[in-house]
Amino acid sequence: MASRRVNQDLPVIARFEVRRRNYLAPDGSIQRPLPAFASDAKLLVTLYRSMVLLRLFDRKAVALQRTGRLGTYAVSLGQEAVSVGIASAMREEDVLLPSYRDNGALLWRGVKLEEILLFWGGDERGNQFSGPVHDFPFCVPVGSQAPHAAGVAYALKLRKQSRVAVCLFGDGATSKGDVYEAMNFAGVHKLPVVFVVTNNQWAISVPLRLQTACETLAQKAIAAGFTGEQVDGNDVVAVRAAAEEAIAAARDANSPRFIEAVTYRLGDHTTSDDAARYRSAEEVQARWKEEPIARLRAYLVAQKIWSKGDEEQLAAECHERVEAAAGRYLATAPRRPETMFDHLYADLPKVYAAQRRELAGDHDG
Amino acid sequence: MAEATLVEAINLALARAMQDDPDVVVLGEDVGVNGGVFRATAGLQKRFGAERVLDTPLAELLISGLCVGMAAQGLKPVGEIQFMGFIYPCLDQLVNHASRLRNRTQGRLTCPMVLRTPHGAGIRAPEHHSESTEAMLAHIPGLRVVMPSSPERAYGLLLAAIRDPDPVVFLEPTRLYRAAKGEVEDNGEALPLDVAFVLREGRDLTLISWGAMLKETMAAADALSTEGIAAEVIDLATLKPYDEDTVLGSVAKTGRCVIVHEAARTGGFGAEIAATIAERRLSSLLAPVTRVTGYDTIVPMARLEQYYMPSVERIVTAARKVCQFS
Repeated sequence: MASRRVNQDLPVIARFEVRRRNYLAPDGSIQRPLPAFASDAKLLVTLYRSMVLLRLFDRKAVALQRTGRLGTYAVSLGQEAVSVGIASAMREEDVLLPSYRDNGALLWRGVKLEEILLFWGGDERGNQFSGPVHDFPFCVPVGSQAPHAAGVAYALKLRKQSRVAVCLFGDGATSKGDVYEAMNFAGVHKLPVVFVVTNNQWAISVPLRLQTACETLAQKAIAAGFTGEQVDGNDVVAVRAAAEEAIAAARDANSPRFIEAVTYRLGDHTTSDDAARYRSAEEVQARWKEEPIARLRAYLVAQKIWSKGDEEQLAAECHERVEAAAGRYLATAPRRPETMFDHLYADLPKVYAAQRRELAGDHDG
Repeated sequence: MAEATLVEAINLALARAMQDDPDVVVLGEDVGVNGGVFRATAGLQKRFGAERVLDTPLAELLISGLCVGMAAQGLKPVGEIQFMGFIYPCLDQLVNHASRLRNRTQGRLTCPMVLRTPHGAGIRAPEHHSESTEAMLAHIPGLRVVMPSSPERAYGLLLAAIRDPDPVVFLEPTRLYRAAKGEVEDNGEALPLDVAFVLREGRDLTLISWGAMLKETMAAADALSTEGIAAEVIDLATLKPYDEDTVLGSVAKTGRCVIVHEAARTGGFGAEIAATIAERRLSSLLAPVTRVTGYDTIVPMARLEQYYMPSVERIVTAARKVCQFS
């Protein structure tokens, strides 16, 4: 290829490599010795339960949307292992900066199901959530939370706190300057931040090959001066292991890290999207064979950590939790209209008080 | 009390804020070792260290985004954008994050940041260095937009902006950086935000302006006084949210109003003030509210910029016309 032609006589001044991590094969068999935490059966089961809860929650959210009781919603179908795996390696005092599809991470961090429904149901109180008070809300403008993560990490380092910023975004975001600018700065200042790209292959209808000419997204870290690693994003053990290592490096050595979790978006981009317009059923069907929940279940069953009875019990529990949360969400009365002025500023400037009264009057009338 | 230029007053305020509050962090391109291209941050890095006065990579979006992240952690970042023509990459962060972080999280996270930038033409600078697009910033709910017009107000308002719990865009009139001199007492006292300053009282006409144009506006008021016209001059100072009471009170008294701004006319902030006066004080008006503004052109480069910016003569002519209207 002409563009790859280089003069062989010139000395090589730098070489780079990108590693890929995976432990569980799609059938749940072990491909290499598992990381230490995987000997903790209880932890593996907790990861599994979180992913199952997320999938059932997604199903309920879509049902609510389809019946006009929820706004546009972004499902995690097929990529549950990424945000659950990453969040499971964080400490409470770390700071999460999620993208709009990272429900799994929020749930792990203690955000309530009904709070997530409130957000997608069009109520800012969903962002006032029960997770760590310092965590950021879902970021909708793609990749624009990456500079926040660098700013947060700078503050953590300046105050010599042993905390890490963890920033999640999708493959489309890696095309934005925001992400590169943030990573570049993190590299320069050696900040305690981990950037995680959930590479689900599609940015709405644009496939990865039209997003980048890079062989991996992980190599984008090289330009920022730190380590990027690719991980099998359908293998929650691999995701958690990569996150543990990256977060430890960020915490202990103030070394930023980048993780590319390769997965597949089995569902539509959002409930407003119809992915059948731009990709074949065959492609999606083939990817179902790699999905993360069946994979971990196969491993747990093979290890005799999990049984059919456990599965049935979990399904019932999740169903109950999700239905109860949906009930609480649906029972939450909307705020009074004039509350849109609340929290606009610390103290509402006098000049806007009249507008607030106008709105309150309309409501009362 | 010592005499200071406007840019020296900015420097004094930054130093005072950093000294008083260890959470104040200054960041931007060339703000550290170089002390800023206009010297607004001169000496700060030496005094407060490279961790609190940091030279960023050349990336404006990053500067504004870093400020949001730092502020959400409780720091008080003061970012510098070298010229207003380079502020546009920051708009995404200002509109989508800084201005709404408090509201979208219902107060769980806040964004006490300041973004400073030089504003306006008249320094014979290269292209993209002379912009005055304050109206697009003033349109953003949740933001504060502040512009001083003297060293004293630059000092007091910048201190207020840094101490304010919400995001503030602080626009500094480039033309006055060194041209404006005045007594500034470095006493750590802030001036109020959201309040307009009446620089001169008068019964016949209200002249409203902000930033560097106050220089021509005050000169116009002097000229008008020789013709027996007593103009009241208001320095709006905070454009978002702006002090309607002072504006409307003055117009109720004088019945006549000329708004002067350097920015292009269409959709400029003068239109907002004129609309408010029309809505709320129509019965007081003795003449149509008139604007003297930059033209609806791209700010021309050095050879023509003097024709773009409102002159004392244009203001005086407009004021005479408004006073003669019956």
